[in-house]
Amino acid sequence: MTSATGIGARVVRTEDKRFLTGTGRYVDDLPLARATYAYFLRSPHAHAKIKSIDISAAEKSPGVVNIFTGKDLVDAKVGGLICGWVVKDKNGEPHKSPPHPVMAVDTVRYVGDTVAMVVANSYDEAKDAAEAIRVDYEVLPAIVDLAKAFDKGAPQVHAEAPGNLIYDWEIGVKADVDAAFAKAAHVTKMDIVNNRLIPNAMEPRAAAAEYDKGTGNYTLWSTSQNPHVLRLILSAFVLGIPEHKLRVIAPDVGGGFGSKIFCYADETMVCWAASRVGRPIKWTAERTESFQTDCHGRDHVTHAELALDKDGKFLALKVETIANMGAYLSTFSTAVPTYLYATLLAGQYTTPLIYANVKAAVTHTAPVDAYRGAGRPEATFVIETIVSKAAAELKMDPAELRRKNFIPAEAFPYQTPVALQYDSGNYPPIIDEAMRIADYAGFEARRAEAKSRGKLRGIGFSSYIEACGLAPSQVIGQLGGGVGQWESAQIKFNPTGNVQVITGSHSHGQGHETTFAQLVHDRLGVPMDQIEVVHGDTSTTTFGMGTYGSRSLAVGGSAIMKATDKIIAKGKKIAAHLMEADVADVVFENGTFKVAGTDKAVPLAQAVFAAYVPHNYPLAEIEPGMDENAFYDPANFVYPAGTQICEVEIDPETGIVEVIAHTAVDDFGNIINPMIVEGQVHGGIVQGVGQALFEGAVYDKNTGQLLSGSFMDYTMPRADNFPSFKLGYKVTPCPHNPLGVKGCGEAGAIAAPAAVMNAVHNALAPIGVKHVEMPATPLNVWQSIQGAQRAAAE
Amino acid sequence: MAKLHVSTTINGEPQEFLCDAEQSMLDVLRGPLGLTGAKEGCGTGDCGACTITLNGRIVCSCLMLAAEAEGQEIGTIEGMAGEELHPLQQKFLESAALQCGICTPGVLMAAKALLEKNPDPTEHEVRFWLAGNLCRCTGYDKIIRAVMDTAADMRAAR
Repeated sequence: MTSATGIGARVVRTEDKRFLTGTGRYVDDLPLARATYAYFLRSPHAHAKIKSIDISAAEKSPGVVNIFTGKDLVDAKVGGLICGWVVKDKNGEPHKSPPHPVMAVDTVRYVGDTVAMVVANSYDEAKDAAEAIRVDYEVLPAIVDLAKAFDKGAPQVHAEAPGNLIYDWEIGVKADVDAAFAKAAHVTKMDIVNNRLIPNAMEPRAAAAEYDKGTGNYTLWSTSQNPHVLRLILSAFVLGIPEHKLRVIAPDVGGGFGSKIFCYADETMVCWAASRVGRPIKWTAERTESFQTDCHGRDHVTHAELALDKDGKFLALKVETIANMGAYLSTFSTAVPTYLYATLLAGQYTTPLIYANVKAAVTHTAPVDAYRGAGRPEATFVIETIVSKAAAELKMDPAELRRKNFIPAEAFPYQTPVALQYDSGNYPPIIDEAMRIADYAGFEARRAEAKSRGKLRGIGFSSYIEACGLAPSQVIGQLGGGVGQWESAQIKFNPTGNVQVITGSHSHGQGHETTFAQLVHDRLGVPMDQIEVVHGDTSTTTFGMGTYGSRSLAVGGSAIMKATDKIIAKGKKIAAHLMEADVADVVFENGTFKVAGTDKAVPLAQAVFAAYVPHNYPLAEIEPGMDENAFYDPANFVYPAGTQICEVEIDPETGIVEVIAHTAVDDFGNIINPMIVEGQVHGGIVQGVGQALFEGAVYDKNTGQLLSGSFMDYTMPRADNFPSFKLGYKVTPCPHNPLGVKGCGEAGAIAAPAAVMNAVHNALAPIGVKHVEMPATPLNVWQSIQGAQRAAAE
Repeated sequence: MAKLHVSTTINGEPQEFLCDAEQSMLDVLRGPLGLTGAKEGCGTGDCGACTITLNGRIVCSCLMLAAEAEGQEIGTIEGMAGEELHPLQQKFLESAALQCGICTPGVLMAAKALLEKNPDPTEHEVRFWLAGNLCRCTGYDKIIRAVMDTAADMRAAR
């Protein structure tokens, strides 16, 4: 069924009225009677021994209820925070796994590491008391510079990770790749840094917890993208509270972008301390705490080489990457620069041979983990900048070089040399459409016009591929992941015919309450206003894996479709009974069961009512009630792909880069709600352009102080930095999920950095600038221009 | 120290409250007054999530002392809709100009103040006016479009 509100319609978001009127309910908004407030004392040093902690003066501070330090957790036998993905190194050994105490015991390893928790009657009192805690630190040298992490004599982060090496991992056969390089007509080489980013969801992370003495039950409200996974980690590994005694609620959550997937020290402490304090505890991060302690993203140093034959066909790709893990291994950190990065290095191309070597380092910086795209933006940046660089070196059109190497439409399913099998796609029409929308043909005229005004124009391509819709559980298991990656759904009708759609996914801006309702409306014919999507509470939802990796629709939506199948199957039996027909003759159309070729009909609502009031009902054959569960485990990843084209104008006097136009054409498979998808693409593009032009986490290389620790120091993209974006779509439905969908949440951020930087390089090439690192800030660009001019003068 | 007694007007209704001298307006709104629509995104006046109006002018309520509300008129997101949504809220709804909703109250308060001051802004003016409101989700595109479209509708309705 397709209707004004079904699949493919621009349905107005169900959740928005509460957000527009200020009545959303986020963790910090919760009124909790008799609440106490937590403040965390954090390490001011990147690396230090804790010689002693004296809380005696702080305990006497007004309003203080309780103070906890790492020793209290040791005494209480609280476990450490875990990394849930075992990556095996070149020799088959599991990665080094240094302990990650919830609060530091004898050593702090980054600025922001948790040292003590103060609980008081008010937040200000907790903060005042924390100032009275005396910590005697012996400051030690810190390693902050990723490129030097493996140097001899570098300060060591963990005794359990000698040389600061977590793993030395590879994919592909190096000898084969080397042989291909030996025969190459042309080799393009590149050294790049993928700059470290701070996610900065606009809602800071927050937690609140209460303990019910009468039942022994804990309730933890957390800004989590995956409340069941958080509960599982806390129960099974960290706190030992049985899962059925711990309720985790992630209510309205204000953006995540990956940073709210992980299990953090502060929420763990709030939960643990609730039973000890005996009153509810609330904690919300200050923005600077978010900067210091939210898991950061990206942070790679990479050398890459691309071998081409004389016609420009790619022969082989060789990539060496050092990836920063930060001071501790966060929940999924180890997988990001391996299975979510190197496996994507084929991009949209037929490159037959690929070798990648990834070394993961620990440094005295905040932990690094998945951030919008997670590994795939880093891979796309490598491929798409080296391809454009090769085109420039060979004096070929960058679109032409890409087209020459695209995987042809008839080659799908396509087995890449780096493990993935792309299920579907058709790349040439995408780049054609992007070039049409961006008026690529008219670019040289625009460049000339800009030049007449003293400005440098450039245009850049980025043709990305993404593996998302995480993921087939058995594949994840083979790769070392510690969890299943299915999703759950439940469709629970009420006797009066309205319905709750219960999902294990979590919406923190994505609009699931609308998109998922559209699926059920489309499939079952229930009116949109009779459908409520329920998510985010472990007590009211079936165990689910949460939202990340553009998985919610492809996996969670598919689970919902499976559940609707079961509803229809049961409804047919009820309707057959009511119509005195054979079940094999019953069909379901537009919300009504019918017997083909007759005028007999039973609306779904009537079958539902009969199921709850089973007076005329086949009780001997089927149970009463209309409430069906489904779990869906995907057969493969999904593979969205697309091309972005960015056009920039640079003022050589100031180094300011202005984005003049940005085009994105994507293949997301079938689209359920185009209005929501557009928003996802827009937001992703801005995060990607932010990485390319504005954002960068900066630590002082000697002291390890976070220099970009506020919105005054870390440049967030703002409304005046952008034009309106131009979007287009091509559709090849995903062949292995029931909706034919591919996922759209990360694409914008994955493709944009390379498109922007290729445009910047294209603009600056005529004046001799060879390379600009991200972020291409005015200072960075201006200095590159000055450097090129000096070099030309010499 | 004794609490300060403040008499003010919030969303057109007289309101009294007690506060500490150092307490921010945002704290009092979100705490004792239970008006949690304004959000704290940074506490330093850089993100705009706590935007309210003070005598019709937008301010970051995280930077305003609660005691400064004495005798003044405060407007918050909770007072924006009457029986019906404000045209900006309605347009944001129709065009999905929001995602997670955290920045939305601040964006709406700022946009409303813009249209009261300038009913016919250019895109450039809208983008610069809203440059003080950080949004990490939408990429601003639909927000800007919604404000421009609302301005056009409101002009046409006049």
